[in-house]
Amino acid sequence: MVELPGVDPSWSAYLDVPSTADVDPAGTINRWHYLDNLASITGDLRGTLLCVHGNPTWSYLWRSLLAAGAQHGWRVIAVDQLEMGYSERTGRKRRLADRVRDLEDFVSAVGLSGPLVTVGHDWGGVVSLGFADRNRANLTAVVLTNTAIHQDPGSPIPAPLRLALSGAVHRVGTSTTTAFLDTTLALARPRLTREVRAAYRLPYRTAARRRGIEQFVADIPVGPGHPSQAELNRIADSIRTLDVPVFLLWGPADPIFSDTYLDDLAERLPQADIHRFEGASHLVAEDRDIASPIFDWLDHRTENDDDGRPARPSAAFTPLWQQIHERSSGPAADMLAVADMGSDGAVADSLSWKELEDRVSRLAAGLSRIGVRAGSRVSLMVPPGIELTTLIYACLRLGAVIVVADAGLGVKGLSRAVRGTVPDFLIGIERALVAGRLFGWPGTRISVGAAPRARLLGVRHRLEDLLAGHSSYAGEDPAPDTDAAILFTSGSTGPAKGVVYTHRQLSAMRDTLSATLNLAPGSALVAGFAPFALLGPALGAASVTPDMDVTAPRTLTARALADAAAAIDATTVFASPAALRNVLATASGIAPGRKDALQRVSVLLSAGAPIPVNLLEQLQPLVPGAALHTPYGMTEALPVTDIQLEDIREALDSSVTGAGNGVCVGRAVPGAEISISALDPKGTATGVPAALPGVTGEILVRAPHVKDRYHRLWITERASSRTAGWHRTGDVGHLDADGRLWVEGRLAHVITSADGVLTPVGPEQSIEQLKEVRQAAVVGVGPTGTQAVVAAVVPVDAADQAGLASGPLSAMVRDVVRPGGVRLAAVLTLSALPTDIRHNAKIDRTAVAAWAGDALQGRGRKRP
Amino acid sequence: MKVLVTGASGMLGGAVASLLLRNGRDVRTFQRRPSGVPGAEDLAGDLADGSALANAVAGVDAVIHLAAKVSVTGNPDDFYRTNVLGTAGLLAAARSAGVQHFVYVSSPSVAHTGASLVGAVAGPAQPELARGSYARTKAQAEILALEANDGQMPVAVLRPHIVWGPGDTQLVERVLSRARAGRLPLLAGGTALVDTTYVDNAASAIAAALDRMEYISGSPLVITNGEPRPIGELLARICSAGGVREPRRSIPGWVGRAAGSVVESIWRASKADSEPPMTRFLAEQLSTAHWFDQRHTRSLLGWTPEVSLDEGFARLAAHYGDSASRIRH
Repeated sequence: MVELPGVDPSWSAYLDVPSTADVDPAGTINRWHYLDNLASITGDLRGTLLCVHGNPTWSYLWRSLLAAGAQHGWRVIAVDQLEMGYSERTGRKRRLADRVRDLEDFVSAVGLSGPLVTVGHDWGGVVSLGFADRNRANLTAVVLTNTAIHQDPGSPIPAPLRLALSGAVHRVGTSTTTAFLDTTLALARPRLTREVRAAYRLPYRTAARRRGIEQFVADIPVGPGHPSQAELNRIADSIRTLDVPVFLLWGPADPIFSDTYLDDLAERLPQADIHRFEGASHLVAEDRDIASPIFDWLDHRTENDDDGRPARPSAAFTPLWQQIHERSSGPAADMLAVADMGSDGAVADSLSWKELEDRVSRLAAGLSRIGVRAGSRVSLMVPPGIELTTLIYACLRLGAVIVVADAGLGVKGLSRAVRGTVPDFLIGIERALVAGRLFGWPGTRISVGAAPRARLLGVRHRLEDLLAGHSSYAGEDPAPDTDAAILFTSGSTGPAKGVVYTHRQLSAMRDTLSATLNLAPGSALVAGFAPFALLGPALGAASVTPDMDVTAPRTLTARALADAAAAIDATTVFASPAALRNVLATASGIAPGRKDALQRVSVLLSAGAPIPVNLLEQLQPLVPGAALHTPYGMTEALPVTDIQLEDIREALDSSVTGAGNGVCVGRAVPGAEISISALDPKGTATGVPAALPGVTGEILVRAPHVKDRYHRLWITERASSRTAGWHRTGDVGHLDADGRLWVEGRLAHVITSADGVLTPVGPEQSIEQLKEVRQAAVVGVGPTGTQAVVAAVVPVDAADQAGLASGPLSAMVRDVVRPGGVRLAAVLTLSALPTDIRHNAKIDRTAVAAWAGDALQGRGRKRP
Repeated sequence: MKVLVTGASGMLGGAVASLLLRNGRDVRTFQRRPSGVPGAEDLAGDLADGSALANAVAGVDAVIHLAAKVSVTGNPDDFYRTNVLGTAGLLAAARSAGVQHFVYVSSPSVAHTGASLVGAVAGPAQPELARGSYARTKAQAEILALEANDGQMPVAVLRPHIVWGPGDTQLVERVLSRARAGRLPLLAGGTALVDTTYVDNAASAIAAALDRMEYISGSPLVITNGEPRPIGELLARICSAGGVREPRRSIPGWVGRAAGSVVESIWRASKADSEPPMTRFLAEQLSTAHWFDQRHTRSLLGWTPEVSLDEGFARLAAHYGDSASRIRH
């Protein structure tokens, strides 16, 4: 074999293999080509990875595994299937069953013993699964990348394949020309280099050499009559009994093997660990580093048998709907449970506890009738209010997993989230159903509210019909440790991640919130912040949804807030900082006589994003009787800490060890523990978790209400839970001697200058003290360990020009951070800092750093 | 210890000679015109003159070689003769005279191929890629110097980056004269991050080299203040210190305009009215990022800059007198 990028020439080998495949006459010997890293292994041999490529690639696909395997003590053998790569062109039409037999023939000829791991891609995935299924004795694990084992007879096969299979197109596309090969190679994200593309084409340079590609495509079972359909079905069913660890690594941008196929595999192989590489496509082995996670996974799954999840603190469990249930049959049965406000300032719709219980039960029964059951994923695209509340509790009762992805992710982010979770049902208002049609979201459609074009939108059921039945749901409660919900992160730190909670963890979140805010049953809350608001009924609190566009928190007016508070005689208000900012701005618009309603509020909780102290100070006169709470947390752990305004004031005046440098977010909430993993000089959190005051590091949290795991992000999950029992938040901060946590920014935004490691929030706060500055971001530019520290500031007199700060401003900014030991290389101005869509609050410092890095090389852009 | 300093009539050479004298060394200087360094043994001569070189190195323990042709125009052969052949001659003379340490003062431009340098370390000299006669011949000479490094006569190479201070005619005076003529307005947009070296810091680093030869000989080290700043800010502060009005910001715009074209245009304008031009090389130096990782340099030399940029600009302002104090930087 000629020398190819990434391949050690000594790996290439040929072997004459006696065939037992039905297609071959007795006594046939086929010559195989394969890559084998055995000679490159220096230490002890742990086992063998048998890698099977798909169509139209060859063993070259697996070169990264061969290289990495040698270092990890794994022999990696990557075959060229017969008719493919450099293996023999037998000229016979090989079917799936033949190919499985071929692989068995090869393995016995090569003489493998010891632990065996099959690895497959594309139709090679099916062949390798067929092999694994029939050869379980030494089988240790199964690894699959974009492949499919089953074609639902009810749904069409992917359009690109349909095209490739259609008569004339088939031969011309696959063997006469290189179209199929070219199309496949063009799927790589990012684009393959010229050298790598050339390497893939090398064994397929003539039409004769490409006949295997044509025949492989022809062997795709497209219907019940196809000769390979029976074997495919047999394998698809049989693998359900495979009891070895399985790792699925997926490129979700694959136009052929979409998430639907991943989902099918996940259902057949429920033990599978799954990682979806957002943005990667069909050739995931080219698009991403799959070798490192595969060997890490093998270490994890084959060396120790514990599942890596040590016991976490758990609390007594009562189902999330316990309060609804109890109150509906007690003295409060006819009291108001949930209400929606109308735009006229009056209650538009409401339910008593009894009505709520009844409606949830009827809806659960209705959903059950149409096939929603334990484990079904249900995407809810309904604005907060009675409908959503009812749907959530009905789904949870059934044991269905609710998928909550909000419009705050932006359309693209939302679409990624929906596709990635592959909902079985999509329940939405018309706008969501239109988007679902547009973007081809999966799931049986159920409409909520008026949907005049229901048929066009593919709606199968209407919510009102599901509620029409009078039967109530009497099924069993789901087990506490089964999945209950998938919530999505804001995506301010990369693509939004799905976060899975079990029923036990959701209940723990409810209990934590109740204990933190002293929310006794019988409280009444205005639900202006969705995630916590949905817990209102679970807390036994009457909940009212104010009149606002919940996808745009800043549309909450003071008038609407006061109207809602008055409607239920509210004791508690939940809202986001953006909403509260608008409440302040519109404070003069409160309807006459409704101001009292706000004066009776005893708890105001600002959640979702950091809230500036001065905003809290300004809010206090509006709710003079309220304790102003602001929790710190993340989608993975809500909440971690909590603090009240007066405690913030006290903390700011405190001089105990560790006070200062960051945002004080208070002490751990009841049941939660905080620990800090100190940063090393490279800005990496390598320290043994500890609670020493004044030590900056990654913030770790342990609590009963921490997430169960990330959804189909095994690599991310492993990183976040690598400290047994703890969730690594990716935030940096420190504790003070009084046990308060001070948040200093994101781990990814830590700056490593020649003067040492610094975190951004402290100096940003100092800069924002200047009256000339509206907002600031402090970032590092240049190589780790010697980064130049740069402040990007938004001046009060809005700079429409991005560039160097004026001399005086620059001098002021430098002076104000110098006492904190921060020496700025440059002060740049810009008109606005990039923030996340959902909260419009989390600064994307990575984008600022990239922008500043360009500017400081004389390559300016107007904005990050 | 007796030290020969070549090129002591220049700003940096003079500063090095003076510092060594203050440190109690015997100093001999060697250049074509009087060094003006009080207390030094002044020897006039040309690097091309073999017998003058032999006299210069006679009886010295260490040589610090700063003399070079740095002018902006001229016949490439002249650069070669002075910078390459002159260095070769001095190295040979020093070796025959039994000199024990040789410090060659080079320039980061020897490794600069025009790309941005972001937190860079000292790369190898690349004469074939260097920009202009000065950088090319300094690169060739640096290679000669490093090849001469051995146990008998260790050779160290230091590359101070953009040295400035009171009395600087290369950068400071040129910037000021342009600014006085009202021709620096566009520079305010210059965001390229650039390291510079205040002259006293460059001098103290070079002096420190004599005590640290065992750690530093044989591979080049870049010397800077370790305080990179956007070029627009540096130029504004030079103007401010020089008592010239800070250039008005007149690019309607943003960072996008590469500072390169800005400086380049000044260079072209300079040529047109036949003032001493800012070299193309300098223009390039000032229009792309040039800043360096100083951790290695500082630990090997056991040295840190004593004069901060702020202090340096204050001294520059004092040098230019009261006019500067009226303008806030």
